[in-house]
Amino acid sequence: MYLNMDIVKKLNDFTLRISYEGSAARIGILGASGCGKSMTLKSIAGIEKPDKGRIVLGDRTLFDTSGKINLRPQARRVGYLFQNYALFPTMTVEQNIMAGLYGRGVDASKRVKEMITKFQLEGLEKRRPGELSGGQQQRVALARIMAYRPEAILLDEPFSAMDYFLRERLRLELMEVLREYEGLSVLVTHDRDEAYQLCDHLLLLKDGSVIAEGPTKELFERPGTADAARLTGCKNISRIIPLGPHRICAPDWGGLELTTAETVTDEISYAGIRAHDFTPLDQNSAQLYAQQGRNVIPVGGLTVTELPFEWYVTLSCGLWWKLPRDMHDHGFKSRIPAALTVDPSAIMLLR
Amino acid sequence: MEAVLEALKRLDWSPLYISIKTGIVATFISFFLGIFAARKVLRASDKVRAVADGILTMPLVLPPTVAGFFLLLFFSRRRPLGILLYEGFGIKVVQSWLGCIIAATVIAFPLMYRNARAAFEQIDANLVYAARTLGMSETRIFWTVVMPTAGPGIVSGTILTFARAMGEYGATSMLAGNIPGKTATVSQRIAMVIQDGDYVTAGVWTAVVIAIAFVFIFVMNLISAKAVKGGKRW
Repeated sequence: MYLNMDIVKKLNDFTLRISYEGSAARIGILGASGCGKSMTLKSIAGIEKPDKGRIVLGDRTLFDTSGKINLRPQARRVGYLFQNYALFPTMTVEQNIMAGLYGRGVDASKRVKEMITKFQLEGLEKRRPGELSGGQQQRVALARIMAYRPEAILLDEPFSAMDYFLRERLRLELMEVLREYEGLSVLVTHDRDEAYQLCDHLLLLKDGSVIAEGPTKELFERPGTADAARLTGCKNISRIIPLGPHRICAPDWGGLELTTAETVTDEISYAGIRAHDFTPLDQNSAQLYAQQGRNVIPVGGLTVTELPFEWYVTLSCGLWWKLPRDMHDHGFKSRIPAALTVDPSAIMLLR
Repeated sequence: MEAVLEALKRLDWSPLYISIKTGIVATFISFFLGIFAARKVLRASDKVRAVADGILTMPLVLPPTVAGFFLLLFFSRRRPLGILLYEGFGIKVVQSWLGCIIAATVIAFPLMYRNARAAFEQIDANLVYAARTLGMSETRIFWTVVMPTAGPGIVSGTILTFARAMGEYGATSMLAGNIPGKTATVSQRIAMVIQDGDYVTAGVWTAVVIAIAFVFIFVMNLISAKAVKGGKRW
């Protein structure tokens, strides 16, 4: 589904300027809270009115300040999944799903039955939203949107109100729903896992501006800028001093010198390394690596945090290192390496 | 005890009839006007809202006699509006049952308005947004989403409005007077018999009023308890 949006809206702390044109099926908008993500969705849905710009969905213009077009939300055929689902509290599950079907000339009760089956809501038809679990509420909200077949659905932080356990399962459920859905979906989130899992095209948003855009996987591999790298979850980012076409010095990592696979150009001013990309070396390998001129990172004093399946290690030079952990292994001491290495190709050069 | 029975036998029930009739009509008018006003005020700009809210709430804050004085100023047959109504349409407000209704409505209206407004303000805006994106018309949203959700607040507003309208005394006595069988409401009758020193009749009327109030509130509570079913108690 083609989407062309180019909107400007002045908010309290900054001005939201967002533009995108393309035909990706599942778009994600990733950004910290308060960066204008929700406002973007609300503008597409017609709940909020941008100061200027235009929004075209498929072959329909939803909003255009120059042509003075501003379709009412009712006429946009855009579904909106709210953070709190916004189910009508006085209506039953059935009535909620039927709410958008009134006067559309469709066999409403048949469509509702379809949705009840599709979203596994059998037996809950007569319940009210207050009597449902969080996961069931989300399914009802999705069923209510899908029942009237919108051309696009907008998902506003759909999992933020859920506990961790439920979130994992619902993410998979939603992935199924979106895969089957033929229209456009736009997901707004601050969670990079969610964005990675559910979207094939990403817009990274910071203070109301798009700082990076591209296919999800590419963007995670090559975020391009330091801000974008941070949003995709890169923990280690340092300024750099170029030493050669493939050699940098990182002052924020204790003046560490590293060899890179990418060429260091004039516009590169940062480097990033993902916390998973380090490999431990024992005493002998460390010496061998050093002789061969490969990247060797001295370990120094460590700070270690134990998580159920991971060790979080902070090196004295400020680098973060994450490594998988065996459930029964509680002693990191025995595993302290002599040094770490990082493959030159794992060093991201950033603007 | 015999005195009470004797008083009951001699009792003229017309004030009760007039009070209930007045209460129902005034509540009916306030119900729609109050909800309409609450909706309009909520959608108005901040400045308009502050002024409109002040004016609409005023009768609640003012002593009823002051409201009665203003009403007399408007509707007196020596004043332009009163003259127009009487000579143009044959409508008499002062010293008539219509006066009872107008006085009771003006005094009780703010209760309906304020309760409806509070109930609307508490509605999650996302409910309305969601309804709009689902293609529901504004009228349909109002009647199937907003009103049911605001239900308990609206019901309690209606109870209070009815109670206030039925018990109205100050403004009613000034505008409509105390004409037996015509504008004499229960509260005016009680005041009158007490002035006459007839405490037994006053007591009988008081008991009647308490009984009605209790039954009415009990029924309304049943309705509102049903309306919030499915919601959480705390």
